[in-house]
Amino acid sequence: MIQGLVGKKLGMLEVYDEDRTLTPVTMIEAGPCGVVQVKTNETDGYSRVQIGFQSTSKGKLCKPELGHLKKAGEEYWRHLAEFSSKGSLEPGQQIKADIFSKGDSVSVQAISKGKGFQGVIKRHHFAGGPASHGSMFHRAPGSLGQSSFPSRVFKNKKLPGHMGHRRITVKGLSIVDVRVEENILLVSGSVPGPVGGMVVIKKVE
Amino acid sequence: MNQLQRLELSLGQVSHPDFEIGDTVRVRVRVVETKAATKKKDKEEEKERIQVFEGVVIARRGRKGAENFTVRKISFGVGVERIYPLHSPNVAGIEVMKKGKVRRAKLYYLRDKKGKAAKIAERDFSRTSKAAAAVTTKDEAAFEETGASEASE
Repeated sequence: MIQGLVGKKLGMLEVYDEDRTLTPVTMIEAGPCGVVQVKTNETDGYSRVQIGFQSTSKGKLCKPELGHLKKAGEEYWRHLAEFSSKGSLEPGQQIKADIFSKGDSVSVQAISKGKGFQGVIKRHHFAGGPASHGSMFHRAPGSLGQSSFPSRVFKNKKLPGHMGHRRITVKGLSIVDVRVEENILLVSGSVPGPVGGMVVIKKVE
Repeated sequence: MNQLQRLELSLGQVSHPDFEIGDTVRVRVRVVETKAATKKKDKEEEKERIQVFEGVVIARRGRKGAENFTVRKISFGVGVERIYPLHSPNVAGIEVMKKGKVRRAKLYYLRDKKGKAAKIAERDFSRTSKAAAAVTTKDEAAFEETGASEASE
């Protein structure tokens, strides 16, 4: 069985457990995915299963992509992702949300929302200076280091710059509910990225 | 987003009677009481009962499926406000006792008022249009169903 799926984030809602406690959950449209390629140690040097998610039209894909997908069948996928697998899978095979079951531990990976160029207060949680009483230090990063020694700014110094829109993995989430016929997964907690964004859900043993 | 709404509907949320800001409601809340073990052999005892909280709805907030409402009452001269999630399984039932006539969505001004000034006029449709009167009769029927006979105007 494959160890993960690709899905689309649909939004968040509230769910009550049997013991009447509230759990915030993220709803993910997971699958149906199709197996595109089975990579093996002999041919590729590593063992993974490549799957496609979200059917699209032929015109939206480029020629190399079409050539790659043709080997698995006549389906056109918008997203591709690779997962490890227990047991063998065949190209063209369909995978649904039922690979997950209630209570499974998962990690979710997605591209976070882009925040643009941000200062140190928002980006690195710097405290900033006082707003008034003659203070002339407000939101600036402050000193970057010492003078004659080391006479340079250390690497990884926290400075303003681009924030967000990077790949984030959230670990320690669990599956709250699986609705196979609707291809829907309810994952506890929040998941990076905008509503409608692609997310990768991996099983954690 | 449509799919999200559809799922929310299918979650089997308890449906409560319609109530509005300014209405006097009786909220029945499930409370679990834990009795401490008196002897070592005894186990902790858990007992569930229903507690009733009656007061004026002063606020409703949140989107569909994740809504809260605030009920305010004066208990022994002290103002008490409780916030309940509308769809929580702990809210066993809501009864509308009285319809209130208010012109605000949030009645936070009641916190600064005392006695008669904090009273909300009961909504009376009898002097308004026929259409409103029809609503009243329908509402009254609903009250009788919930067993709140004193609510009829």
